[in-house]
Parts: sequence; structure tokens; C-alpha cells
Amino acid sequence: MKLSFFRSLATTLVVLATSFSPVMMQASEASEVNVYSYRKPQLIDPMFEVFTEQTSIKVNSVFAKKGMLERLKSEGRNSPADLVFTVDIGRLSDIKDAGLTQPVDRVQVDGNIPAHYRDPEGHWFGLTTRARVIVASKDRVGPGEIGSYEDLADPKWQGRVCTRSGKHPYMVALTASMIAHHGEAEARKWLAGLKSNLARKPQGNDRAQVKAIKEGECDLAVINHYYMVKMLKDPEQVAWANAVNMVFPNQDGQGTHMNVSGMALTRHAPNKANAIKLMEFLASAQGQEMYVQKNGEYPVKAGVPLSALQNSWGSFKADSLSLAVVADHRAAAIRLADEVGYNN
Amino acid sequence: MASVISTGQGENPHEHLRRPRRALNWWTGGAILLAALAVMPVAAVLVFAFGDSGDIWTHLVKTSLFGYVKTTLWLMLGVGVSVLVTGVSTAWVVTMCRFPGRKVFEWLLLLPLAMPAYVIAYAYTDLLEFAGPVQGLLRTIFGWQTARDYFFPEIRSLGGAIMMMGLVLYPYVYLLARSAFLEQSVNVLEASRTLGRGPWRTFSSVSLPAARPAIAIGASLALMETLNDYGTVDFFAVYTMTAGLVDVWLGMGSLAGGAQIATTMLVFVVLLIMLERMSRRHQKLYQQAGSRYKPLPAYRLRGAKALAAVTACALPVLAGFVIPVAVLGRLTLIYFDRAWTPEFQVYVFNSVALSAAAAAIALTIALFVAYSRRLHGGKLLAFGTRVATLGYAVPGAVLAVGILVPFAAFDNAVDALLRQTLGISSGLLLSGTVGAVLFAYVVRFLAIAMGQVESSLEKVSPSMDMAARTLGYRAGQTLVRYHLPLIRGGMLTAAMIVFVDCMKELPATLLLRPFNFDTLATHVYEFASDEMLGEASLGSLTIVGVGLIPVVLLSRMVSRTRQTLGESAGQTQ
Repeated sequence: MKLSFFRSLATTLVVLATSFSPVMMQASEASEVNVYSYRKPQLIDPMFEVFTEQTSIKVNSVFAKKGMLERLKSEGRNSPADLVFTVDIGRLSDIKDAGLTQPVDRVQVDGNIPAHYRDPEGHWFGLTTRARVIVASKDRVGPGEIGSYEDLADPKWQGRVCTRSGKHPYMVALTASMIAHHGEAEARKWLAGLKSNLARKPQGNDRAQVKAIKEGECDLAVINHYYMVKMLKDPEQVAWANAVNMVFPNQDGQGTHMNVSGMALTRHAPNKANAIKLMEFLASAQGQEMYVQKNGEYPVKAGVPLSALQNSWGSFKADSLSLAVVADHRAAAIRLADEVGYNN
Repeated sequence: MASVISTGQGENPHEHLRRPRRALNWWTGGAILLAALAVMPVAAVLVFAFGDSGDIWTHLVKTSLFGYVKTTLWLMLGVGVSVLVTGVSTAWVVTMCRFPGRKVFEWLLLLPLAMPAYVIAYAYTDLLEFAGPVQGLLRTIFGWQTARDYFFPEIRSLGGAIMMMGLVLYPYVYLLARSAFLEQSVNVLEASRTLGRGPWRTFSSVSLPAARPAIAIGASLALMETLNDYGTVDFFAVYTMTAGLVDVWLGMGSLAGGAQIATTMLVFVVLLIMLERMSRRHQKLYQQAGSRYKPLPAYRLRGAKALAAVTACALPVLAGFVIPVAVLGRLTLIYFDRAWTPEFQVYVFNSVALSAAAAAIALTIALFVAYSRRLHGGKLLAFGTRVATLGYAVPGAVLAVGILVPFAAFDNAVDALLRQTLGISSGLLLSGTVGAVLFAYVVRFLAIAMGQVESSLEKVSPSMDMAARTLGYRAGQTLVRYHLPLIRGGMLTAAMIVFVDCMKELPATLLLRPFNFDTLATHVYEFASDEMLGEASLGSLTIVGVGLIPVVLLSRMVSRTRQTLGESAGQTQ
């Protein structure tokens, strides 16, 4: 009598546990690809839908802002993830360094993506580039007053600059590129100078900085270019975008700092063939064009037509520094942000 | 949230009646196993903390750790003061005074409990930011143009965070202080009055000290919630230890470094728990027997005093519930079409199903463990229970790591074993499934269920157990046939509180959920952190709405406390 209760309880618990298991739900190789993504679903789902239409391969994606790397590490060889999509170079290199990727060597991918936007060993690939631009208030900053990242540390901008957290991957990559170009000592001076020019404690995302310029809290901000595209499409935010001019920095020098959103094939990808097909699709002309049209990002593939808005900005000199080098300096960049107390 | 409406005595008063039994049996063994499972994430965190973290630790100590600790301490101090002031004053006024609307305020004051801190933060940001209606109105009236023309306090700051958390956490103190005031001995109060002390002096010298343990428990619970919060501090860019932990873990990729911060946080947590437990012991001393049937003296308030009382009660309700709901309501109306999608309905279902399942599981486990303690007692079980309830105070993100890694290790081990012996792959059994999220919820909120079940069981006299045993019923049957009906009310309370807390949980859900699985909380967070507060409003309002149901039922139970105590006292005598 006593035991039967526990037997039934144990059975129930086991059934409960395994009923949630994806073992039941594993489909055959032919039908799906699993994606772990740092990119928000609304930014990449349109591409996946077209891919599914064309190839009948279903794309399952999970979006997480944090903790993806740890999850991949602990899932190990049983991880269902085939592809990892990231929003910047940092996570791509972190995943490769953790030994969670495998190299891909396909002409359709390599041929479409320039060498400085992909891993020399083929572990990760940039899919789109984003320029980190400076936006300046139309009312309070004259044309030509600001032209480079280095200028941001100039004391004349004291209390007039807004940025997001100095430890956010986009800012870290910028700092890392400063380290790569100028060395750590100079980069620390620059970062400290920028910090002392801040109008308020770093908060919010890039769009919030433009909003702050519109509201008069500051005059300069550093954002990724595609936010301008997005804000111009949003009825509430178009006013923010119209309050600023966009400047591609360092046109006379090393060029504007570029970051990439990218993809990597996981080491134990269960649906490897499907995943590579998806990679090829996204690197192809069609996939690249969708990125341009839907998100306003710059394509990595040469020859893809830009949007009207992007054409109106004109062409600009992009930093040709290899992103793998930028990735190498990220740890130092984060340390610098802590040392100058950037977020305090 | 361990014992909401009961006196919550720390030890079983019938300890001396227990006889030592065979040490290991189904009850004890099962209970210890369950307690061990609940402790596993915390233990895992500690194990990682002593792992290899490179020179992250030294770097941390040199730069940001003290900043994190300082910010956390300020936050806790601010929240502690505000919940104490709000909770105690409203509890007193509502219990001891008579003024228009008192009966309504009794339960109205509970409403902010349904609101997660991050939701109220989003609502007030929308209201008070530069582009919001308040500053807009000010600019229209005074003709200011830009932010530099005038001073307006920044909501996204430490002060703002203190205000937000104070507004949603004071109900913990309110509930406990109120039940303490309700249970105070009328005889002592009357004696104090006959000695010539007016109402205020009676309050400060008699009622307040007697209620101090209950108030301390409420405050420590509120502070635990403060330590745990991630959504608000992330949104407001307030760098507490939780934010630092996530930063080190994910920004620097050092799990061990993050776990070290977590261990530091556990020190705080242990202190808070000690405060809470000590207070429970004092509660037992201060509780008076008898005179529960006499009505408490009621101070009739008139005129200005009545107005003051009404204002004091109305302010927390307005600020903590009415205004945020109004703000969110307005946004919901504007953004409804964009927010009400089929996906949204799935999120609702996910949230409700997950929370209900977690509540059921937590309650079952709590019942089993509490009953085992009742049957067999023993130091091991007592220690196991105490340690198992630590999960409540562990921040969700840390818990997620402490669960993810062992689960995955288990999955990989089972898989490797199966590969070797049977040549098949079992894939992932636990990690990346809904089960992982459920486990996190149960571990985090087991303390609530445990505390409530324990205190409810304590009210049942052991003579009941003994009578049932002499009638031939075994332990399990006694539990099902006799104890459960008696403690039904308490269990329902616990289930509801666990349900509400699960609906609001954010960081652990974010990290542990499976493919294409979103709850209302993660959906709201995603949009809000992208500065799309409008689209997040419907989800926020839904969380609050669903969270209201148990809060309202709880409040009705609370208002019957005094009579219930009388009844159960009659039953157990």
C-alpha cells in the first residue's frame, strides 16, 4: 500500500520529465535547421521565411540576449543548435575561442564574403556590416565640427556627448579598434576623455541617445547607422532622427569603424547540410539584398544594390582593419572601460 | 514570503512529543533527496566560484566590485527604509483605526504585490521621462524648451530604482505587520491605556516592539527581492551586484568570476535569512495566548486625522498600482493592434501553464518535506530544509547557471552511457526543455510553499496524528485524509503566491527556456529593453491582471484572519 503510492508518483515524475524532452520532437535531417540567435527575431525571421519557401527547410530559432555561450558549452555535443547568429564580432570570436564552432569551406560562402569580414580559418562569417557613426544635433553642432572618433575626447565637447554603456559589445568593439590603431595607452586616454565629456551616465540603447539629442540633453552621440533607418520608419521616432545629422567618422584617416553581424556553424550541428544551405542563402545576392531592404544594414557581398536612403548618404571609407584583430583586443577594451569607470 | 498570515513559529512546539524512529525510511529519505535537489543549484554555484577564474577576481576587486557592493547596499537601505515606513504605518492605521474607506483600503493596499518591479519601472519611465506627459505639461506651462532649461529628477537612477521597488515591495511588510497587529493581545493594550499612555505611546512602546519580529521578516523578504531584481536595475542602468554578475559572466565570459560575485551575494542573503529566522524565534516569545476573541480597540478618526489616514493609505495604492496601471492602460489602447497577435496568446498560455505547474510541484514537495519533519524530525532534516529554502534568495540568473550546467552534464552523461552500451543517443533530456524552467521556479519559490505549509501544519495538534494512527491509518493516509483538509486554506495561499511570483520571474526564464518558448515576462522585457514600451504594455498589463487574482483572494483571506484564528484555536484545543 505504501509502495504503490511512491511507484505511481515516480512514474508520473518520469513521464512528466521526458514528455518535455525534445527527443520526441527530433525530426529527420531533411526538414529543419536550429538557430541560436543574438539577433532579434523580427530582424532575421523574414529571411528565414523566404528560405523555407524556397527549400522547404524549417528554421527554428531561439533568441537570447544573454547566456547563449554558456548554454552552448554545457549542452556540448547534444546541443540542437546548428547555427549561431550574433550581432557583433565579439560573440563570434568568443564562440570560436570556446571551441564550439567548425570551419566551413564553401565557395558560395567564401566567395561572397570579403576576407576581412570573416575568420581566416573559416569558423565565422560576417553577414552584414554596420558602421558606427557619429550623430550631431542639427541645431547645436555646425557642419564639419566633428569628424573623427578621436575628436570626441576633445575638451570642447565637455558635457555634450551621450553614449550607451561602455561595456556594450558595440562600444567595446569601437574601443578595441582604437586600441588596434593607437595602442592601449592612447586608447585609455581617449576613453577617459570621452567619459569626461559625457552629459549623463551611460544608459539606454543607441536610439535612446538620439532621443536625448532631440530633447537637448546632449549634442553628440555614437550609434550604429541602421538605427537611423529604423527611426525614420517609426512614427514616434522619426522626430528624433530628423533632429540629427549623421557623420561617417575618420574619412581622412583609417576610415569608419565597422562591425559585423555574423553566423557560425556549431561544432556538433545535427543538421549540418541544412545549416550550410542556409548559410549559402544568406550570403547570396538574394539574402544580402533582404538584409539591405529589411534592416537597412550594409551587405558584405560586393555589388549588392543599396537602398535609396543609403545611396543618399553616399559612399564612405570603411576601416579595412580585419575584424579578427578587433576581436583580439576586446578583452583589453572591457578592462579599459572598467579602469576609467566609464559606466559610473 | 514564508509565512504570510500565521505567527510563523520557528520551532515545533510539540518537539518533546516526538519519539525517535528508524533513521532512514521513505519519508526521511525522500525528503532529504528533495532537499538535496533544491540545494543543487546553489552548491553548483559555490563549486564554480572556487574554479579557475583567471585574474578576473583581482581585476574585479580593483575596479568595479566595491562599486557594485556600494550600489547594492544603498539600494537595499533605501528600499528597506521605504518599505518599513510605508508598510508599518499603513498596517497600523488600517488595523487600529476607524476611518472612511478603511475596509476597502485593507485589501487595496495589497494590490502592488501583483506588479513586478520592472513593469512599474517601465510605466513610470514612460510617464516621467522627457517626452512623457508630466514633463510635457511642465514645459507647456512654463515655456521651457530643452532638457537643459530646467531641472527634473531623473527617473532612471538609483533613487528611481529605490522608489520603484519600495512601491511594489511594501506589501510584504504590510501583510506581516498587519497580522502581527491583529494578533496582539488586547489585554496588554488595555493595560497600557489604563497606565495613561495615549494611542501613539501605546503604539510605539507596546504594539511596535511586539510586532517587530514580523516586521523584520517582512523587511528581509523585501530585501531579498531587491537583491534578486534584474529587470529594473538593467533598465535604469543601476549597477548592483546582480548587474555586475551578469556583466562579468557574459561580458567577460567568466562563469567562475560571476559565480564569485554570486557567492558574495549569498553572504548578504545568509545575513538576511539569519535576521528572518531570529525574528521568528522572537515572535514565539512575544505572542500572547488568549484574548483573541476580544475585538481590538478601535480609534475613531475624524476630520483632519481621518483625512490624513485616508491619504496615507491612498498614496501607496495610487502610486504603486493605480497610476502605473493607468499609464499602461493608455499605452495598451494605443498599441493594441501591434501587441495583440496570435504569438501573444501563446505567451499568455505559456506563462499561466508554467506557473501553475510550478506551484503544484512546489506545494507537493513542500508538503512531503514538512510532513517528514513532523513525523521524524531530526537535525539532518531540519538542516536540509533550511538549506533547501536558500533558493529563494539566489538571483534568477545565478540560479539559471547553477541549473543549466548540472542538467547538461547529466544529459551528456546519460547520453554517453547510452551511446556506449546501447549505441543510441538520448539527446537532451532535461536541459533546454520546459522542465529546466520549471525546476528553476520550484527551487526559487520552494521557500514560500515550505514556510506556509510548515506553519499551517504546526497549527494541527499532534494528538490528531496519534488518533489517526491508533485507528490504523499509516502516515501517508493520515496526511491525505486528515491533514490536507485542515491545511487546505494555507496551501491554497501558498499556491497562489508561488503562481504570482512565477508569472513575474524574468532572468532565469530568459536563460533556460527552450526553442521558441516565450513567457509574458520575457516578451515584455524584450520590447522594453529595446525602448519599445508601447508594444510591451499589453503584456505588462496582462501580467498584472493575472497576478491580481491570487492577490485579491489572498486579501480576502487576510481580512478573515482574526476570526479564522479563533476557529482554528477552537479546533486544535
